[in-house]
Amino acid sequence: MTISHFGAVLLFALFASIVFGITQRSEPRMMARFGAFCFILFVGGTIAASWVMWLIKH
Amino acid sequence: MATNVSAAARAQSSSFPTMVLIAAWLIPGAGHLMLRKWIRGGLLMASILAMFVIGLALKGKIYSPNTGDLLDILNFAGDLGNGLLYILARIFDLGTAAVQVATADYGTKFIVVAGLLNVIAAVDAHSLATGRKRS
Repeated sequence: MTISHFGAVLLFALFASIVFGITQRSEPRMMARFGAFCFILFVGGTIAASWVMWLIKH
Repeated sequence: MATNVSAAARAQSSSFPTMVLIAAWLIPGAGHLMLRKWIRGGLLMASILAMFVIGLALKGKIYSPNTGDLLDILNFAGDLGNGLLYILARIFDLGTAAVQVATADYGTKFIVVAGLLNVIAAVDAHSLATGRKRS
């Protein structure tokens, strides 16, 4: 199996966010909100860190 | 009402939360399924199982018990969180291929994180069984 770096980020963020959402909140609505929040933070944080590394290099 | 009464009775039983904890560790999502949280249990099982399988498909490494490098010991502890998945992987000699591609390291991390997430899910199931977490 081959996978792109960004694909790996998306899969990791998806599965980790599902578990975080279910385990860290009590109400189903809040679980979905927290899961979405974690997913955005995972993916957004990775993209931001990538741009920082690009800026450092250039 | 009857469901609440039986749930409270189960919570008072001293061995039930421990059984939930052990089942949740051995089989991802099983703890929530034992507590009749079908959707949560199914999502947890699918997520953790998928991470573990993707990790193996990416040629990730399964760590064996070791007393070497500290990071190797921690990775082994993380792998151990996968419960039966880890035991099956060791029995069938999975995750032992030499790293030949860059994404294999991602695979190793997927397997370790799947184990850590399973531990979080098992503790959550235990908290639900003892009543520490409301629902």
